[in-house]
Amino acid sequence: MQPKPAQRAYWQRNTRLTVALLCVWFISTFVAGYFADELNRFTLFNFPFGFYLFAQGSLLIYLIIIGIYVSYMNRLDRDWVRESAPGEPRTRFPSSGE
Amino acid sequence: MDLKTLTYIVVGATFALYLGIAFWARAGSTGEFYVAGGGIHPIANGMATGADWMSAASFISMAGLIAYNGYGASLFLMGWTGGYVLLAMLLAPYLRKFGKFTVPEFIGDRFYSNTARIVAVICLILASITYVIGQMKGVGVAFSRFLEVDYDTGLYIGMALVFFYATLGGMKGITYTQIAQYVVLIFAYTIPAIFISMNLTGNPLPQLGLGSTMADGSGMTLLAKLNLVVTELGFKEYTTQTIAGRLDMFVYTLSLMIGTAGLPHVIVRFFTVPKVSDARSSAGWALVFIAILYTTAPAVGAMARLNLHATIQTGEIGSPEGNLSYEERPQWFKNWEKTGLLQFEDKNGDGRIQYYNDKNPEMAAKAEGFGWKGNEMVKVDRDIIVLANPEIAKLPHWVIALVAAGGLAAALSTAAGLLLAISSAISHDLLKGVFMKGISEKSELRAGRISMAGAIVVAGYLGLNPPGFAAGTVAIAFGLAGASIFPALMLGIFYKRMNKEGAIAGMIAGISVTMLYVFQHKGILFIKGTEFLGDLGPNWFLGIQPNAFGAIGAIVNFAVAIMVAKMTVEPPQHIQDLVESIRTPRGAGGATH
Repeated sequence: MQPKPAQRAYWQRNTRLTVALLCVWFISTFVAGYFADELNRFTLFNFPFGFYLFAQGSLLIYLIIIGIYVSYMNRLDRDWVRESAPGEPRTRFPSSGE
Repeated sequence: MDLKTLTYIVVGATFALYLGIAFWARAGSTGEFYVAGGGIHPIANGMATGADWMSAASFISMAGLIAYNGYGASLFLMGWTGGYVLLAMLLAPYLRKFGKFTVPEFIGDRFYSNTARIVAVICLILASITYVIGQMKGVGVAFSRFLEVDYDTGLYIGMALVFFYATLGGMKGITYTQIAQYVVLIFAYTIPAIFISMNLTGNPLPQLGLGSTMADGSGMTLLAKLNLVVTELGFKEYTTQTIAGRLDMFVYTLSLMIGTAGLPHVIVRFFTVPKVSDARSSAGWALVFIAILYTTAPAVGAMARLNLHATIQTGEIGSPEGNLSYEERPQWFKNWEKTGLLQFEDKNGDGRIQYYNDKNPEMAAKAEGFGWKGNEMVKVDRDIIVLANPEIAKLPHWVIALVAAGGLAAALSTAAGLLLAISSAISHDLLKGVFMKGISEKSELRAGRISMAGAIVVAGYLGLNPPGFAAGTVAIAFGLAGASIFPALMLGIFYKRMNKEGAIAGMIAGISVTMLYVFQHKGILFIKGTEFLGDLGPNWFLGIQPNAFGAIGAIVNFAVAIMVAKMTVEPPQHIQDLVESIRTPRGAGGATH
């Protein structure tokens, strides 16, 4: 059984968002960590910037990443449910073809 | 009331609470025993995950680690939190959708193979046992320090307590006690921090205090002041010092992150929430609750370090009256000297304490000029930062008693979570899944309780007779989980073409490479003398230390798995449909078990 177009669209949106957020995660952790010395030349709230990322910044970014993912996916799931209920208006998902 | 009585009362009250909860939350079915019946609210689960996750090491050692390594400790702080991003987006929702009881069960079903399931059980047990030894040690140390009983007695009390609530309540009992333990430990951690931040900077929020100006009228920021104080004494600058090379640090952080995402006792917590969407948000809540402690820790570390130096270096460096006289040392100094965590040796015989970095040649030369004969604080255990914090800040006795209860809560909650992961792998995966397929639910529940009891005895034994490698092996547990379980789960979810041959080969390759690398530098099975390459920088592959090698093991796992999968037949259709179904939200409402 091949996945239906609606399924494929859901999955594509999900993976696209996941990859984008993983890039943010990677940059804020690894790229910033690698260049911490260079970032320390800037200050944020009295902190050297590289040090701030370690002490609080990266954690806040992680929380924001998860927050965005959760709210976007909840919306996507709601649309999915509406899609499978007949008589409701069309959603972002293409017709499932069945 | 004296401190000891008060400590016994506070700790006793928290224990009574845990036991009461355990009695109330008895498990009546395997579903309750393994996944708390799957009905835990995502916020409650987030809190339980926080306690499950934050071990004695987080509570007692982390702030000290930061205090002495400054920026260098960032790899632990980021490594132990960034994994939740991976959990929330890559694993938790899909594994919840699959909706079974254990991690090896997913691997066994997805790769349609009992062999895969058994390999996963072995990887799980290797990683969890390595981790649990550290926790049992933490339980013993916490009890012996806080309650002034010896280490062995402390361990027995801890084992008895975990035995009671974990065998009776399984995951259900553990979940509700973990929630209580979270509340205890977070209060114990933040209250002293608030007082200290208030004293030093006038800002009650330690997170903001860390970035504030000092309240001593110097007009300097706390971090600038700390940098100045430590560099004047010959230590490395706080905000920039590192403990590993750039690549090493990079790989180490990554290992801790994928290890976090691959440790079964954490993953299984997301099986306890009602819906897929709850699994996602619960990972977020877990990180919120963890962040409360993890953003406080850098403040505690920096402030305690500053306080410590200020206590000892009372005046101008090098002036005759500039150092604290040993006779006038404060009470907390005497208390912690008794435990051996602080040690003073009057090298130049002047009756005063000189605390500086005598390994720094420039500082050593300068100190020579002052008539100093080396660093006299011959031992400052980093755990002192959290343990002595309330005393250094002259806080009331009940705060000190609360810190004791918090340390114990942190050690017990993590130990219980790990023990459940081990025992359910034995009773559900090995017995019910492979060797005794026909057993009834009632017998399986009994088997679960018996294997839980067995796991506690084994872990207790290892805690009493810690193998030589026990110190510092927590990081290796992460490496093992990250190199074996994490890639198998990822490939199972995101690569439909992955078959059993690939997954099995990948797991075995990943965990073997990681173990061999650790063994070659630390001794085969950690037996001293059997290492064939010394544990030194120049011998490390690309300068990567053994603790950090899990990420490389994971890369090997991915590569081997994909290569083998390409050369063998693709998985049967019903497995590809299974992958499709865990990716789709339909029917996400109810649990399938």
